Amino acid sequence: MEILVCVKRVPDTSENEIEINKDGSDIERDDLVYSVNEWDNYAIEEAIQIRDNVGGAVTVVTVGDEESEEVLRREMAMGADNGLHLLDSAFDGSDGRGIATILKAAVEKGNYDLILTGALADDGAGQMGGMLAAMLDYPYASLVNKIEVIDDKKIKAGREIEGGNQEMSEMDLPCVLSIQTGINEPRYVGIRGIRKVASVEIPTLTAGDLGIAPESVGDAGAKVKRMDYFMPEMGEGAEMLEGSTDEIIEKLIEMLKAKGGIK
Amino acid sequence: MAQIFAYVAHKAGKADDSALELTVAAKKIDPNASVTAIVVGSDAVCNEVAASYNEVWKIGTDAYPNAEVIRKALVNILPKESIVLISHDTFGMDLSPGLSVKLDSAFVADAMDFEGIEDGKLKVIRQEYAGMVTTHVSCDIANGAVVNVRPGAFQPDESTGAGGSVVDKTGDAGDLSETTRRFLEVVEAEVGDVDITKSDILISVGRGIEDQDNLEIINDLAKAVGGDVSCSRPIVDAKWLEKARQVGTSGQTVKPKVYMALGISGSFQHMGGIKGNPFLVAVNKNAKAPIFQVADVGVVADILEFVPELTEKVSEMK
Ligand SMILES: Cc1cc2nc3c(=O)[nH]c(=O)nc-3n(C[C@H](O)[C@H](O)[C@H](O)COP(=O)(O)OP(=O)(O)OC[C@H]3O[C@@H](n4cnc5c(N)ncnc54)[C@H](O)[C@@H]3O)c2cc1C
Ligand SMILES: Nc1ncnc2c1ncn2[C@@H]1O[C@H](COP(=O)(O)O)[C@@H](O)[C@H]1O
Repeated sequence: MEILVCVKRVPDTSENEIEINKDGSDIERDDLVYSVNEWDNYAIEEAIQIRDNVGGAVTVVTVGDEESEEVLRREMAMGADNGLHLLDSAFDGSDGRGIATILKAAVEKGNYDLILTGALADDGAGQMGGMLAAMLDYPYASLVNKIEVIDDKKIKAGREIEGGNQEMSEMDLPCVLSIQTGINEPRYVGIRGIRKVASVEIPTLTAGDLGIAPESVGDAGAKVKRMDYFMPEMGEGAEMLEGSTDEIIEKLIEMLKAKGGIK
Repeated sequence: MAQIFAYVAHKAGKADDSALELTVAAKKIDPNASVTAIVVGSDAVCNEVAASYNEVWKIGTDAYPNAEVIRKALVNILPKESIVLISHDTFGMDLSPGLSVKLDSAFVADAMDFEGIEDGKLKVIRQEYAGMVTTHVSCDIANGAVVNVRPGAFQPDESTGAGGSVVDKTGDAGDLSETTRRFLEVVEAEVGDVDITKSDILISVGRGIEDQDNLEIINDLAKAVGGDVSCSRPIVDAKWLEKARQVGTSGQTVKPKVYMALGISGSFQHMGGIKGNPFLVAVNKNAKAPIFQVADVGVVADILEFVPELTEKVSEMK
């Protein structure tokens, strides 16, 4: 099975406090730690496991700046066979539709049976898989937490729905699935693994290589644009307990007792 | 005047809570909008929904809601340039991005609020980085838009006695049979050894606990106060606790008297599982964590240090 996994380099929210810069045009990017989008690690792990079971190859692809190459390398260290870097300044400022347009062009250059994305990335859209599938006219399922390969024409996929219930469907290949966390336990990549792929060539493709009209993507093609970041007017917010730890604990215990929080 | 549609989901013959929220969202986009609900389902649901919408378009079927099939039907019946509101839940996430592509309209996910339409652009408020920052987004609606609305972001307006009519659009919807994605069954979530939906006191732990071994301090606190341990999703993903202890939209809906969120950031998917307005205490080392916006009481502290001290004091007191 030929599997393509879409990955994105994002600021790591468990390593950083994300803050807005002075003029609200962007988040504060100094000293940000980046990593691969959490959901994408599960997608890669799933792809590697499927390949190891039924054969084939896993390709990782990203649309992103020079820096993004490091996430392709990381996923190759996990066990992906090939990387593909879609890199062009014409891609800057793309909205979700733009990124999907670029990825679609890359998909059409290959011969993939299964395309995986993460269910969600840093801007909380969860749109890429569904858009890509619709553009390709492939079947799609989101929030997938189980994949069973039936044969080279069909799979069984489970979607995680409300309450942790699972909706099972049979789907024709090729198809696109967005992967939910928890579907597997992504393997750990050590320094040695990263070193092994440090010098592997990763091909880059530009808008020209992909046959994409520059004005259909990037800022020019975007219908949806972020205007600014701002601090919302908050409601009351929490009553913050302050003082020494002992004082805080004393106050907290008083409150918990009053509210029935200590039996 | 924008023509706005709201896709109304339903379960077990009852319209989803989002039905009443989406009308309010539509009025926030355009106070003069005529809002039409679309219901793929039975007459009973259509009649229920008609109470709060000017008009209901019915696509009659009692098949399982397969997003692929419903997308085709919507593309067949929706006028060009319409604004379509859909709840940002697991069905909306499945349906909407592809629908926008097929309608060739813009897509905005997880909208929390609207600031009206100006020069053909809809101004939307949404969040990024798991709720840590808020943004204004401009959405070009010249060719219409599909907008997913965050569940619970708009207060439902129960007073609207719109009393609309039901229009049967089934004939225009096209072939409703499943093709490339075929529904098989729904597998119910496993039940665990503790039913956290019945607990009065929940000591809930999130990714801030850092390591499985550290869960001991959470268990100790729960024991000291006489509560049960629940958690956020990453703890279940890591297999540190069983799925039945997960609070949130893809986990359990709980109604405790007291909820302590320890090292939990406060994502809407997590908060969506907490009902009944409990006394909410948040302990987080980041003073800007979104959970402090919704908690009753907050403590900025490292849970690895704070929780054992709290446990000790609670035990001493007893
Ligand atoms: C469709 C869908 C459904 C979902 N369903 C659910 C659901 O049902 N339930 C759920 O919980 N999530 C759900 N999620 C995931 C959700 O979006 C968040 O990713 C998740 O809730 C984050 O969990 P968290 O707060 O524990 O982790 P994080 O967001 O990583 O937050 C960890 C917090 O701990 C703090 N912290 C770190 N170390 C310490 C320390 N030593 N002391 C004190 N504080 C510390 C940090 O400041 C941070 O605020 C769902 C996501 C999707 C896409
Ligand atoms: N720039 C990108 N390059 C490659 N894949 C991406 C990119 N942006 C998003 N994706 C994929 O789409 C998924 C969902 O992201 P989003 O739709 O942006 O929330 C991610 O987990 C990735 O798999």
